[in-house]
Amino acid sequence: MNDIAVEARNAVKTFGQGDHAVRALDDVSVTIRKGEFFTLLGPSGCGKTTLLRLIAGFEMPTGGQILLDGADITDLPPNKRPVNTVFQSYALFPHLTVAENVGFGLEMLNRPKAEVRQTTERMLALVKLEALAGRKTSQLSGGQQQRVALARALAPQPKVLLLDEPLSALDLKLRKEMQTELKRLQHETGITFIFVTHDQEEALTMSDRIGVMSAGKIQQIGSPRDIYTRPVNRFVASFIGESNFLPATIVQGAARLGSGHSLAVEGLTPVDEGRKVTLAVRPEQVRLTAEDEADTIRATVRDLVYFGTDTHCHLMLSDGEEVVARLQSPASGDAGLSEGQIVGLRLAPGAVQVLGD
Amino acid sequence: MADRSFSVSRIPGFAAVAILAFVILYLPIFTLVIYAFNASKSIAVWEGFSLQWFEAAWANRQVKEATLRSLIIASSASVIATTVATMAALGTTRRAAFKGQTFVYVMINQPLMVPEIVTAVALLIFFASIKVATGYQGLGYLIAAHSAFCVPFAYLPIRARLEGMDLSLETAAADLYATPWRTFRRVTLPLLLPGIIAGAMLAFVISLDDVVITEFVKSGGQDTLPTYMLGQLRRAITPEVNAISTALLVLTVLLLSAFFLLTRKKE
Ligand SMILES: Nc1ncnc2c1ncn2[C@@H]1O[C@H](COP(=O)(O)OP(=O)(O)OP(=O)(O)O)[C@@H](O)[C@H]1O
Ligand SMILES: [Mg+2]
Repeated sequence: MNDIAVEARNAVKTFGQGDHAVRALDDVSVTIRKGEFFTLLGPSGCGKTTLLRLIAGFEMPTGGQILLDGADITDLPPNKRPVNTVFQSYALFPHLTVAENVGFGLEMLNRPKAEVRQTTERMLALVKLEALAGRKTSQLSGGQQQRVALARALAPQPKVLLLDEPLSALDLKLRKEMQTELKRLQHETGITFIFVTHDQEEALTMSDRIGVMSAGKIQQIGSPRDIYTRPVNRFVASFIGESNFLPATIVQGAARLGSGHSLAVEGLTPVDEGRKVTLAVRPEQVRLTAEDEADTIRATVRDLVYFGTDTHCHLMLSDGEEVVARLQSPASGDAGLSEGQIVGLRLAPGAVQVLGD
Repeated sequence: MADRSFSVSRIPGFAAVAILAFVILYLPIFTLVIYAFNASKSIAVWEGFSLQWFEAAWANRQVKEATLRSLIIASSASVIATTVATMAALGTTRRAAFKGQTFVYVMINQPLMVPEIVTAVALLIFFASIKVATGYQGLGYLIAAHSAFCVPFAYLPIRARLEGMDLSLETAAADLYATPWRTFRRVTLPLLLPGIIAGAMLAFVISLDDVVITEFVKSGGQDTLPTYMLGQLRRAITPEVNAISTALLVLTVLLLSAFFLLTRKKE
């Protein structure tokens, strides 16, 4: 198991006591592989920062363990952990220059002056800030400060780099640029990145694996594709992308809808027979056909919302359930549908997920 | 003015009251400074410009000794008070909120609340017994007393500065392998320095100016500049006192200006 960089074992963190206690992390176990770009994704207050702070050592867990390279580091203070953080607020030292900020970690490790200087130069080149080495950090733009914070955290060549929503303060264009930059840096340095965001698109495009969190618990861990196409529960299915949810009952190895239609679904076992479940279907997986075609579910068009690249078609099934279909807008912009029209609706077998909860 | 929102400056008589207030505040000081340059012995009748009273004060051995004593006490007290205040400020801001926090603040600021005369009498009695027990009569008592009542004056600007400083900087230093001591030396202290200097200057000025506690605590022949002046006034008032006051005023104004510049600059 020596390809594991960081591991949290049954980590629990409670703040406060008695009635006011907040369980920020509730029995979280996660393993992060070496050289991986791992993203923690979840809504505000779900415990992402708390998990990072436990790994960095700024916070002691109430229970459980933190392991680095297989060694228990739970009791190690932050200055003894080969882990660096890019703070959301950057936390650059305002009394030091850009170069002094970047060299700070190496200096504290008592590296020789020449090495500190060389590494600082290399890091500044890596983030393309050579020209600003002598500036005070207060004279930098948000994007430049961001790069300094990155270079500063990378300079001591940590085993793991923790990034707490490092891009959230940037405008959209800069954000896209920095996303590419981060991926490039991770590729070039080979350092394990643990990245926190509450932006699902950012998580999907950048990560090797994603850990979806909610209310102090890890809900699902998997590749972006896994998480998107095979969400394990309703929270994951609705937090990442949009989903239609349909109640169904498992009858003879298929999911029977309230309208009476049966849908083939994967991964059922005989014990599921008769169970009431929720099905999740992505709007872009809903196909519309003529109403009289075989094997389709009849639905009425209730509303059409034009989004530019695609059009959202709100449909109602015969049992009153709502389904949204995302249709690519044709060149004319007119999807050729009208409110009240009866259409046929088809769901590909692989597109229907049976949710766990 | 296009802005129709509430402004005190539009209340009738605002300007007159403001000017009157400033006149009341500064006219006596202005008069004092003017008469320091009077050619006659009078402090009420102007008879021409002269620097003789400054020369007289400068030549006066007692004035020189009292000045030196004042400076020794004020410097020692401001160093001691600032050190204590810095530690107190770190201890009350660089940690999680704790039980009895407000109580501790009040305790630290005690000299601001207890009437000075009460502290003075208490110190007189307290030091008297120590003097009897040890036989020591030196400046130590004055330095100790001044250090104590200067602590809250040094504490306030230092704490204000610390509260404005983001704790995440210290967290970042720890993350970058700095030990707690090196974090303090390389991050906290340099950023806190303007607050410390401001606190030290405030303490210095407060100590330099003190009469009540000094008067009660000092032994014979330990006059500081303010208590010496008080003693002089009891005998005969000459413009020499004006001259000394003027010099003291200039020193204080210089220190306080530096204090405001330092505290202003951080924003
Ligand atoms: N020092 C603290 N004292 C008390 N409660 C805290 C503390 N830090 C965090 N919490 C609580 O723990 C929970 C998780 O907080 P955390 O900062 O980890 O959330 P997050 O997922 O990072 O959210 P965000 O996306 O808003 O940054 C929240 O309910 C928060 O109020
Ligand atoms: Mg957070």
